[in-house]
Amino acid sequence: MWNEIHLTNMDSEISRRSFIGSSAALITSFGFDLRPAAAASRELKISRTTQTQSVCPYCAVGCSVIIHTLGDKAKNVKPAVVYIEGDTASPINRGTLCPKGASLKEFVACDRRLTQPLYRAPGATEWKPMKWEEALTRMARLIKDSRDRGFQAKDEQGRTVNRLTNVGMIGGCTDTNEVNYLLGKFRFGLGIVPYENQARL
Amino acid sequence: MASLAATFGRGAMTNGWTDVANADVVLIMGGNPAENHPVGFRFVLEARRKRKAKVVVVDPRFNRTAAVADVYVPIRAGTDIAFLGGLIHYALSTGKYQAEYVRQHTTAPFLVKEGFGFADGHFSGWDEATKKYDKSSWEYELDAQGFAKVDPTLEHPRSVFQWMKRHYARYTAEQVSSICGCSKEDFLKAAELITVAAAKDKSGTVLYALGWTQHSHSVQLIHTAAMVQLLMGNIGMPGGGVNAQRGHANIQGSTDMGAWNMLPGYLKLPRANWSSLDEYLKANTPKPLRPDSLNYWSNTNKFMVSLLKAYYGDKATKENGFGYDWLPKAGETDNYGWGYLFDNMYAGKMEGLISFGMNPVANGPNTSKMLGGLGKLKWMIVAENFETETAAFWKAKELAQQYYANSPDAARIQTEVFLLPAACFAEKDGAFVNSSRWLQWKDAALDPPGDALRDQEIIGRLFAKVRELYAKEGGAAPEPLQSMSWSYATPSAPSLVEVAREVNGREAASGKQLSGFGELKDDGSTACGNWLYSGSFTEAGNMMARRGQEDPTALGLYPNYSWSWPANRRILYNRAAADAGGQPWDATRASLRWTGTRWTGDTPDYKADAAPDANGSFIMLPEGVAKLFTPDFAEGPFPEHYEPAESPVENALHPQVSFNPSAKVFHSDLDKIGSVKDYPYVAITYRLTEHFHYWTKHIASSSQLQTHFFVELPDELARQKDIKSGDRVRVSSARGKVEGQALVTKRMRGMDVNGKRIYHVGLPIHWGFLGKVSGPLINNLTASVFDPNSGTPEYKGFLVNLEKL
Repeated sequence: MWNEIHLTNMDSEISRRSFIGSSAALITSFGFDLRPAAAASRELKISRTTQTQSVCPYCAVGCSVIIHTLGDKAKNVKPAVVYIEGDTASPINRGTLCPKGASLKEFVACDRRLTQPLYRAPGATEWKPMKWEEALTRMARLIKDSRDRGFQAKDEQGRTVNRLTNVGMIGGCTDTNEVNYLLGKFRFGLGIVPYENQARL
Repeated sequence: MASLAATFGRGAMTNGWTDVANADVVLIMGGNPAENHPVGFRFVLEARRKRKAKVVVVDPRFNRTAAVADVYVPIRAGTDIAFLGGLIHYALSTGKYQAEYVRQHTTAPFLVKEGFGFADGHFSGWDEATKKYDKSSWEYELDAQGFAKVDPTLEHPRSVFQWMKRHYARYTAEQVSSICGCSKEDFLKAAELITVAAAKDKSGTVLYALGWTQHSHSVQLIHTAAMVQLLMGNIGMPGGGVNAQRGHANIQGSTDMGAWNMLPGYLKLPRANWSSLDEYLKANTPKPLRPDSLNYWSNTNKFMVSLLKAYYGDKATKENGFGYDWLPKAGETDNYGWGYLFDNMYAGKMEGLISFGMNPVANGPNTSKMLGGLGKLKWMIVAENFETETAAFWKAKELAQQYYANSPDAARIQTEVFLLPAACFAEKDGAFVNSSRWLQWKDAALDPPGDALRDQEIIGRLFAKVRELYAKEGGAAPEPLQSMSWSYATPSAPSLVEVAREVNGREAASGKQLSGFGELKDDGSTACGNWLYSGSFTEAGNMMARRGQEDPTALGLYPNYSWSWPANRRILYNRAAADAGGQPWDATRASLRWTGTRWTGDTPDYKADAAPDANGSFIMLPEGVAKLFTPDFAEGPFPEHYEPAESPVENALHPQVSFNPSAKVFHSDLDKIGSVKDYPYVAITYRLTEHFHYWTKHIASSSQLQTHFFVELPDELARQKDIKSGDRVRVSSARGKVEGQALVTKRMRGMDVNGKRIYHVGLPIHWGFLGKVSGPLINNLTASVFDPNSGTPEYKGFLVNLEKL
């Protein structure tokens, strides 16, 4: 039934057409089996890699993956991901991955990844790059000013409440327990009450 | 999760992915694992291969999970409680329930106070003026010692069992068919298969996801399922349980670590009226409701004091209540849940927002309200892998003019925005908790690209900067801020191993890692960042990184693979998998067995050496047994069918109280509710296998595999509207609209509901105005209508109109 859709959308960077002829069609389009050759090239590609144990960041099935990187052992070379595969030692996925998990390498190496802090001034119509130090200094100033204005040490009845409700924090479900714990300390240090994650949605 | 915590004691999937293979019956409802949790779904197929398990799928749409079901029943979106209530009635009226289990492991024998009742859509205690319940009649009858009275024969007319029987007597197969729009025969076929699990040696599992949680009555819905599972004797059993298939890699862990109203480990956030640690503990330490209740939350003092020691270190002393004053305290009736947070923001009551890996413009209800709210902030900080719709909300009008023509131009939006490049999963170590509660440690494979930083470094540096400013300039209440401990070797970028050790807990004096929460003390001699995770990083090392393949019970529990909260227990409430003598209900699935001196098998959810009759089997609840009657919820102690906020029909059970009277509906100028006159079709949102939320539209292969947004229509409706696949259509609600190509299928049939023909419209969610592929944000359409207990918005079953363009 998917073939029934006629796909044209000029807004998109990608059309379905451009996908045809990629590796998915290794057997059929050539009429003979290229799988042994493909396996051999894969073997070579990962034979010199460093392997790191990781877990897929998408849904909560929790599939284990092995990340293969190259360049770690050479001097002055930044390691790059060359391959990510399902881990056969996991009782959950036993080496299998869904289409999203199978393309994790594209996520890590995606050309749309952010590589520098961006800043949008009030009323601006575009982003401007900003250095970390400048961004941190400005953000700290804004947080402090809002906190100084909004912090309630006591409520109307004079009870100690030490709370901040004019600043909110959201997120965490795509990050690790440990980062969530640190976000909690950051939040409670400032006294922030409005704090939500994806579980609510 | 709010539902499962109140019913069983803990807000989490009861069993786990690998355990699904142990089921004899699998009910999949409100979820579509074949497409959305494909790797997890292999355990359903394994159950079918190994145990000849039967699979029942109940869903408005014939999805790919339904395609492999033994029985598929289409029902109207938002009528799940009617269907499950029908199952309760079917089980009780045919005797197909596990009577011994129900007597032993549930509140069925408990007596409810005189004065409780239900009539015409309301439970007792409803106050029409305040639109709230006075819950004082929703209580057990207590004896002189304060314990609930029970009738083990279950025959007392005020026993929970008899109340339940009466309450669900209205949910006949005919009524189910007329509310849900399914045939009576299909319902009965499903009921027959599901109740096979009533046999002592059979077990059935329930798998659900957002199709259940995204309703204005979601918590009650999940409680209805829990009641069915308790009647079948399926809780605690291998192959049983109520299993939430969660949607984000660490949504469980992030919830375990807190929410607006929670501290880590599900300790409640202090409220203004609990003005000292003693008062907090008094209010939050439950009293047992039965003499044999273990009532594990009686250890709240140890968990709380140890958390305060982790937070405030040496500054937490017995004299200052371990720093309790420094924690923020919400007002008694305050709510800062998602809907409230954005309503406050839209009302101009907030100045700043900090977002780590979340995209409310895409995933919050009523996109226009999200955009409007962010535009009223002074500043926003977003840490992300990609430029998201939230970070770039001020571009909405420019990039999606057809949807946001009424939004202000960027030049008129005064919010100052920082978009910080963050590391992705592969570039960070740390643990994710999957749906099965397994804490799985991962290592960092490489550094983040360019100037991107790991989140711990962003947090560490920002926190240090703010504290420096306060140290230099003074300001509002520096003490709570400066007292928070941050004694990591590199404070600007704490090592996550160091953090994991702090979370596990240690002896405060010696620094020795604790082996589990049983060692926590209330005198300040132990520090522990989250008692639930105590045992995850002991003196023996990082338990979360374990890779052991052993499976001694042969049930797929893998006790040496990663680490499972709590106490490495793999199946929650596993004591209930055994009978009064401590022997497994099914000897071929013996997860736990009493040897005469101790329990063997899984980590017992029970004292390891207590006799089978010593305690109730649900140790986290004051009742000591699982709750069929739950006064915890806003809208009543028994689930009742209420229509969605926007429904094409009136409630067939009580038309005068059609909609959940306790649901939260917001009333800003953008919060409009539509009626069936203008919006005649029922919309549901869903996900596609190739995409992950609003994330993979930035990634080439997912974007290649599913390029475009589409609108799925039943062929019967398409014919009426003269729409063919590929035609451009507009779907509109009272809040907004989306446009895309039609996909005409036979997957959603027209339904007859109380004599009326009802059609569904299916809407995949994954697009937005940024990415390699673009399309409308589906939440342009959805409403700020929320479940009153969980605060989850109603994304399934809202009204829309459909036009051919």
